Amino acid sequence: MDSRTETLKRLRDAAPPAAPLPDPRGELLPYADPLAQLEIALQAVAAVPVRVADEAALAEAVRKLVAELGAERVASAVPAAGAGNVRPEELPDPHQLEGIDLAILPGAFGVAENGAIWVNAASFPHRGVFVVTQHLAIVLPAREVVTDMHTAYERVAALPRGYGLFIAGPSKTADIEQALVIGAHGARSCTVFLLG
Amino acid sequence: MTLGHAERAAKFAADDARAHWHDQALWFVRAKRDRAASAVPDWERLRGLASAIKAHTQSRLADYLEEFERNAVAAGAQVHWARDADEHNAIVHRILEERGATRLVKSKSMLTEECHLNPYLEARGIEVVDTDLGERIVQLAKEPPSHIVLPAIHRKKEEIGELFHDKLGTAQGLSDPKVLTEAARVHLRERFMAAQAGLTGVNFAVAETGHVVVCTNEGNADMGTSLPPIHIACMGVEKVVPRLADLAVFLRLLARSATGQPTTTYTTHFLGPMRDGELHIVIVDNGRSRLLADEKFRRALHCIRCGACMNTCPVFRRSGGYSYAYTIPGPIGAVLAPGRDLRAHASLPFASSLCGSCDDVCPVRIPLHEQLLARRRDVARAGLLSPGKRLGMKLTALVLRSGFLYLLAARVGKLLARALPRGILYGRWNVWGRQRELPPTPRESFRDLYRQHRSERRG
Amino acid sequence: MKVALFIPCYVDQLYPHVGMATVRVLEKLGVEVVYPEEQTCCGQPMANAGFADDAAPLARKFLEVFGRFEYVVCPSGSCTSMVRNHYDPYLAGAPGFEALKRGTFELCEFITDVLEVGRLAGRYRHRVGLHQSCHGLRELRLGSASELLEARYNKVGSLLSSLEGIELVPLTRTDECCGFGGTFAVAEEAVSCMMGRDRIADHVKAGAEVVTGTDVSCLMHMDGLARRAGQRVQFRHVAEVLAEAMP
Repeated sequence: MDSRTETLKRLRDAAPPAAPLPDPRGELLPYADPLAQLEIALQAVAAVPVRVADEAALAEAVRKLVAELGAERVASAVPAAGAGNVRPEELPDPHQLEGIDLAILPGAFGVAENGAIWVNAASFPHRGVFVVTQHLAIVLPAREVVTDMHTAYERVAALPRGYGLFIAGPSKTADIEQALVIGAHGARSCTVFLLG
Repeated sequence: MTLGHAERAAKFAADDARAHWHDQALWFVRAKRDRAASAVPDWERLRGLASAIKAHTQSRLADYLEEFERNAVAAGAQVHWARDADEHNAIVHRILEERGATRLVKSKSMLTEECHLNPYLEARGIEVVDTDLGERIVQLAKEPPSHIVLPAIHRKKEEIGELFHDKLGTAQGLSDPKVLTEAARVHLRERFMAAQAGLTGVNFAVAETGHVVVCTNEGNADMGTSLPPIHIACMGVEKVVPRLADLAVFLRLLARSATGQPTTTYTTHFLGPMRDGELHIVIVDNGRSRLLADEKFRRALHCIRCGACMNTCPVFRRSGGYSYAYTIPGPIGAVLAPGRDLRAHASLPFASSLCGSCDDVCPVRIPLHEQLLARRRDVARAGLLSPGKRLGMKLTALVLRSGFLYLLAARVGKLLARALPRGILYGRWNVWGRQRELPPTPRESFRDLYRQHRSERRG
Repeated sequence: MKVALFIPCYVDQLYPHVGMATVRVLEKLGVEVVYPEEQTCCGQPMANAGFADDAAPLARKFLEVFGRFEYVVCPSGSCTSMVRNHYDPYLAGAPGFEALKRGTFELCEFITDVLEVGRLAGRYRHRVGLHQSCHGLRELRLGSASELLEARYNKVGSLLSSLEGIELVPLTRTDECCGFGGTFAVAEEAVSCMMGRDRIADHVKAGAEVVTGTDVSCLMHMDGLARRAGQRVQFRHVAEVLAEAMP
């Protein structure tokens, strides 16, 4: 018997009696202002939320961020945030992402309860741009806020099935004596532009 | 009798200051968990849901794995099945060897620790770099992780500075976690850039879509699966959940229970390989089907490896992860390890005061202290307790069963305790009395006093 | 109302005044107390050490002795929990067993839940630390455990705080185990003693003059450590505190 057949047989033989699959929805979180709650949650995960009223304000805020960071190589997947000067789609090898100072990516929706933002990274020419970059900015339409993870997965389920992720703030670690350090392997900062 | 948990724990606790430092560090994590959990109004309901979803999934585990496999393969993954650790290691090695890959970066996977994958690959000429900071620290120190979420929690920052000076050539005397983390970042980025394959564990696998979900804070799993073209994801059979919607329940519980964060920084849903790459998923049994078959212990398979039972365990905090001498330490480890080898791990179920804190903190409601008690019964039944302990218990039980013997023994015992000189009473035989005074030995028992009380009331 | 007293074996022999305090508290509350003398031990030491076969006859004896009473009251959360939560493997299906489980109570919960007495008239002018013994807390649910996200309650604490003049001191770790744990106290002596000393230190730091709790076993362990270290803090079972406080 091959391993697959044997493993499946052993699991079938060992299976406990049937138990019902519950409705996984939790109680919905009653946030009066989900956007304001998202801002609080973003700060809690060490992200920097920045409200921008329109695309002009976004472009201005991005210019300011680029200057603050001293970012020389900028990749942008958000046209309204500027074109940047690195075009990942022109790089044949993902290793060439190394050296990007700032990546600007579109967020699909944010989760008010925990500051996580869903990013459809499957559409990027190289999926790892969000983690290889030194700094990350996410542009999220301010109306795209869900209260909690239950609603978030309803949104994910409605998207085309593919690779994607939640990002909650910059890369971090507390592996040395529980001291929180920002910038472990991935982005050293995470600015979230809340647009509109 | 070989060394057991008690002896190893005593060694750890002998350094009182260090044991207290360890206790405080983990209590701090427990306190963060309490705050994070209290932000979720229906926390206890979520725990119930998580447990119910796991119980349902277990009842149809084979079906869900087949569904997962179908969907993962349809998205371009290659799925491999391993009966045990050896087969798992061989599969991973074959994938690497056939593609000529000799440099592997790994993100955290307790399964590969369980299978001892690293030494297996290293013996076959593969360079394996653990990339989670804590895991890298213990790898450089040639130690196993001492905690499943905080692998280097037993190490002080000064010692890590020393280690990095030794192995990474950083300046001597560094101890600032920021500086040390930066040094590791630079060192590991080189390894990520040079790697030919990346291996990750799996937090959840979704049957209805074929997704493999991996959670990290550092982003090391994402680095390791974005640069090299080969991604190998290793999972135990118990990692599958039926629906995307189930992830909401587990993700709301996982990071809050593990580190007190509302969520991990990166929660990545892999489906199929990267462009021009390969995704291999290795599904491993390695004793899980046996655990599933055991009614008393199958709920231990609910475990989502958050480590909360370790952080809350007053024994773990004061005895350290290594005192368990098993890949998974703490209360859950003390339940799992004897299932693998009862004789080798016979002392672990006794490494608990049975306080039950682990049951109440567990996000998937594993009845840990009940299971520890059940393991104790297994150990006793298998005759693995010392003959002295066995005889002592038999005699005590006999005495307690008989009203007459009970009274006689109590009287003789107390007489002796009162009559013996302190030097003998507190001799080497008296383990209780090494650090503690004995209880008082009053002349009258409760039943004596009660009789007097009765007659006074009647009188 | 009539109750049968279940006095754990070590209380009978080593702490008889705790048993007497239990009698006095119950009698002051108008309860008629009987003490079946045939009783010995509930079997917990054997059961927790893994010796199920040796615990079984003690469980059967317990049912024999106490099965005929409507209520059984015990000044120990741990022994009460043994009967209520751990006798099933030995007694499931035995006539009278379900009624025995339903009718067996730890002293404080008997006062709050059966007698439905929430406040006690009495005076106790001390700063008191409440040690929440684990089996009472997490198996009998005498209070809300700190791990659980539920409405806070505390049956023992609320009885104590109803006494005039008492000050319950705030602890850093409200319900950490003291490390007694039955055979654990000896089998894992090093960790057990460290846990006990840490508990004592928490109470002392909070200013407790008296540490009280539902289980003499935990108090005996901490008292033994405190006396060895020459510490002045006193350990009193909750029955002693209540008996002393109530007029």
